Amino acid sequence: MKSFTYERAASVEAAAKAAASVQGARFIAGGTNLIDLMKLQIETPTHLVDVNHLGLDRIERTTEGGLRIGALVRNTDLAADKTVRRDYAVLSRALVAGASGQLRNKATTGGNLLQRTRCPYFYDTRMPCNKRKPGTGCGAMEGMSRSLAILGVSDACIAQHPSDMAVAMRLLDAQVDTMDADGVARSIPIADFYLLPGDTPNRETVLKQGELITSVTLPKPVGGTHVYRKVRDRASYAFALVSVGAIFGEDGTARFAFGGIGARPWRTQAADAAAPHGARAVTDAVLADARTTPHNDFKKPLVERILASLYRQQEERA
Amino acid sequence: MKFDTPAKANPIDKGRVVGIPHDRIDGAAKVTGTAPYAYERHDAAPNAAYGWIVGSAIAKGRIAAMDLRAAEAAPGVLGIVTHANAGKLTKGNMNTAHLLGGPQIEHFEQAVALVVADTLENARAAAALVHIDYTPESGKFDLAAEAIRGVVPPDSFGTPADTSAGDFDGAFSRAAVKLEQRYTTPDHSHAMMEPHASIAAWNGDKLTLWTSNQMIAWTVGDVARTLGIPKANVRLISPYIGGGFGAKLFLRADALLAALGARQVGRPVKVALARPQIPNNTTHRPATIQRIRIGADRDGVIDAIAHEVWSGDLPGGSAETAAAQTRLLYRGANRMTAHRLTTLNLPEGNAMRAPGEAVGLLALEVAMDELAEMCGVDPVELRIRNDVQFDPEAGPQRPFSSRKLVECLRAGADRFGWNRRIPKPGQVRDGRWLVGMGMASAFRNNLAGKSGARIGIDAQGRVVVETDMTDIGTGSYTIIAQTAAEMLGVPLEQVTVRLGDSRFPVSAGSGGQWGANSSTAGVYAAAMALRAKLAEAAGYPVDAAGFEDGLIRNGNESRKLAALAGDTGLWAEDSMEYGDLDKRYAQATFGAHFCEVGVDTDTAEVRIRRMGGAFAAGRILNPKSARSQVIGAMTMGAGAALMEALDVDTRFGFFVNHDMAEYLVPVHADIPQQDVLFIDELDDKSSPMKAKGVGELGICGAGAAVANAIYNAAGLRVRDYPITIDKLLRAQMA
Ligand SMILES: Cc1cc2nc3c(=O)[nH]c(=O)nc-3n(C[C@H](O)[C@H](O)[C@H](O)COP(=O)(O)OP(=O)(O)OC[C@H]3O[C@@H](n4cnc5c(N)ncnc54)[C@H](O)[C@@H]3O)c2cc1C
Ligand code: SF4
Repeated sequence: MKSFTYERAASVEAAAKAAASVQGARFIAGGTNLIDLMKLQIETPTHLVDVNHLGLDRIERTTEGGLRIGALVRNTDLAADKTVRRDYAVLSRALVAGASGQLRNKATTGGNLLQRTRCPYFYDTRMPCNKRKPGTGCGAMEGMSRSLAILGVSDACIAQHPSDMAVAMRLLDAQVDTMDADGVARSIPIADFYLLPGDTPNRETVLKQGELITSVTLPKPVGGTHVYRKVRDRASYAFALVSVGAIFGEDGTARFAFGGIGARPWRTQAADAAAPHGARAVTDAVLADARTTPHNDFKKPLVERILASLYRQQEERA
Repeated sequence: MKFDTPAKANPIDKGRVVGIPHDRIDGAAKVTGTAPYAYERHDAAPNAAYGWIVGSAIAKGRIAAMDLRAAEAAPGVLGIVTHANAGKLTKGNMNTAHLLGGPQIEHFEQAVALVVADTLENARAAAALVHIDYTPESGKFDLAAEAIRGVVPPDSFGTPADTSAGDFDGAFSRAAVKLEQRYTTPDHSHAMMEPHASIAAWNGDKLTLWTSNQMIAWTVGDVARTLGIPKANVRLISPYIGGGFGAKLFLRADALLAALGARQVGRPVKVALARPQIPNNTTHRPATIQRIRIGADRDGVIDAIAHEVWSGDLPGGSAETAAAQTRLLYRGANRMTAHRLTTLNLPEGNAMRAPGEAVGLLALEVAMDELAEMCGVDPVELRIRNDVQFDPEAGPQRPFSSRKLVECLRAGADRFGWNRRIPKPGQVRDGRWLVGMGMASAFRNNLAGKSGARIGIDAQGRVVVETDMTDIGTGSYTIIAQTAAEMLGVPLEQVTVRLGDSRFPVSAGSGGQWGANSSTAGVYAAAMALRAKLAEAAGYPVDAAGFEDGLIRNGNESRKLAALAGDTGLWAEDSMEYGDLDKRYAQATFGAHFCEVGVDTDTAEVRIRRMGGAFAAGRILNPKSARSQVIGAMTMGAGAALMEALDVDTRFGFFVNHDMAEYLVPVHADIPQQDVLFIDELDDKSSPMKAKGVGELGICGAGAAVANAIYNAAGLRVRDYPITIDKLLRAQMA
């Protein structure tokens, strides 16, 4: 860990300003990802702006009938929220499928969206990694890539986005609300929030330096049956090999978002459109451009099997 | 005291304290955080500076240049130890690779520098500034590719690499039923809770190390040898150990570099390995490739059995003796085992909980399951048919000291409800799950080693036991106190046990599941000597004297022990040594594992539903701590079956998944109810305690029972461990 300076921001505006004005500054929320990465010198911020005390920890109704979730709402609290459990159950289920109770007590909504990949080569500074150190190559592509992505990948990087929560957010068409250093607020649809790796896998989102996530807003509830199915190497406390969030409508329509397989939380219109035609059709639609390695090609059949299972469950329910 | 004839009735048989499921006497201190572990000995070594290890970024080659200027100039840095300034270091007898590398690099993450600073943060930050230019050399990292170059390794613990009896080839070729299969097991990491950690302090030329180590005397020897100082100048203190599983059998980099760092900066230095350093810096259980051939008649009675094992290690290293159990477990006049060792430039392979058997049974017990199916014989019945009451390589002249495998199989099967198993795979459905049962025999060799203790009693009647035995979370404190209390007829509460200090008599230490039986036998010997002194003080003939209620009795007379101890107290010291009973009798522990799993019909996720087992391991000194050992080991077996594997990157020569987020071990949600039954057994040839080891038995066969249950549930046979979703899906699609 490199030494750094620390400040506790007094307001949202001040936080954004502080983070924009100091080269190499970062926000710190729960710290469950950032501090781990700092210890390993994968992240080396010069200045930390603590955003834990800005009152961004509330969950409120929006006038449009949706829900505004403060960026500092803890994963535990969000998962337990009554409205979330009733109207956005997939979010609650995705959250409790992630990490461990202790981590969820600290982890925040904003931090969770921005958690970095779990590619093992990213985690070892002695290894080549274009995401960590642009231009050094990709250690994983010809190495151990079992957990890595098969969608949205590039020749530079095949890292997966590891978040469960973000999969549900993507499924629910969340908006990421931010404020920048000039005090300008904007709302970014989550579909546009994450960048694909392309040639610059080090750039992961559209956020500008110093732009603070203030909340995540969900549109009004869409009803339907909410499910989140996460398949992993042990029963709990492991990242997804493949996860599927789904909302089944009454009318045979459905929407799907996927974790563990994409460079970002994955959702396609084509897959949603294929929903009435069943698991195979959805699989074909979502995996049309999949690019696998010999280690992670099993994720393709796994996607189809999870979908088949979810469809069957849905039929049994009906 | 020498144990060279079978034990007769003795004071332990009373079973007043020994054999009671007493709570750990150190339990309260541990759960309240008041048991100080090595890294926390601020009280003993105040003002310690912090050392951070720099590990090699290459697996093989040389350091061309080291630039320490930036690190030396960094805030708080007090000194940097490297090969260039460490002085002459002789490799420890128990180490395969040098603990401080350079200029030659033997493996990835081999320590190449220790940066010492005033704070942990400063040491770690400065460590990142150590600039090293390497000249890499190509190395061998791929066991599958290198196996054919394997050679016969040296004997392991006195047993040869290859054994045979009868005519395997002939008998196998004639057999009515022939099984031939190949199995592989990956490299495993011990993943104990407490990382390797030490504080070192010098007083003149005398070194004190507060460390976390299973084998005090071995390590004192290797500290002295490595540093070139007399053993008498080395003091090791290791009273509390947060798990070891074999990772802490030896001197490791934390202790050596703490000593070197403390010498360089002239004040105490503490060093802990960071979790991500452990898999590549320290030892691991080596991967194996195993080939098993069994020839049987149509009823499954074995006539020919062969087990061959390939593993790799650094030059000078050792083989994983995964065929060990196959020499002793089942009948068959025609048999062979062989181990081949090939050179790999991965980190050092070495012992991890039940070396040999833990992975050998992952193969053998699946082979037996496959044989059972080929013969149409129930897997439990198959093992009963192949039971043998003597060492099948040596013949009937070498019987087992005690062997209750059949009793374990029968009792375990009953308790588990094995008769409800449907032999044909894929028949039982529960919603989206296919459910199946599997079983396996458990076998672990029993070793006993010389072990000493000192025992004293004072004028208050308090008993103190001192031995350099260690408690690695196993319960040594408690069983030693129980032994002393039993021997002297005092309440357990009156016994104080002091462990893990090199000033105490040398014990057998903790390893190879020899610790409990050996160390308590040492306490038995010392207590016998103290009884003699007490009898003499009382003027009673020792053979007639009885010890109970804090008294020594002779007929109707009695004297208080406390009074006999007097103001100075009475002390005695002795050790237990062994004759050749282990040569005349095969000595081993046995058991039977049962497991029920569900396999998701869609996703191939495996969930263990129940585990149960019956075990015979001689006298169970404390059923509570013994049960804890067994369920912990069953959990580790489940991990080996389902998830544990160090992934080798054969390009860079390192274990890629080197932290606990990526090296998966079971969590609570993976482990359901576990049932443990101990079969009554006293082994009079093992020691006066009539006990055997139990700390490793539980892992032996546990994973195979899981694998066999998966097969029974879903009809999928994966022979390359761990049995993960990707492999099951591939098997299903094949
Ligand atoms: C062992 C382990 C297992 C885990 N398993 C899972 C799992 O199974 N599934 C899963 O989804 N997650 C898992 N996680 C990840 C966990 O969910 C994340 O670490 C957590 O959500 C991050 O939130 P945080 O508040 O602690 O973020 P921090 O660590 O504080 O921050 C993360 C990043 O976000 C930035 N940031 C934080 N808040 C803001 C804001 N308001 N505006 C702008 N930038 C911000 C920080 O600058 C930093 O770059 C696991 C983590 C660990 C350590
Ligand atoms: S996949 Fe991406 S994160 Fe992983 S090593 Fe390659 S570039 Fe780095």
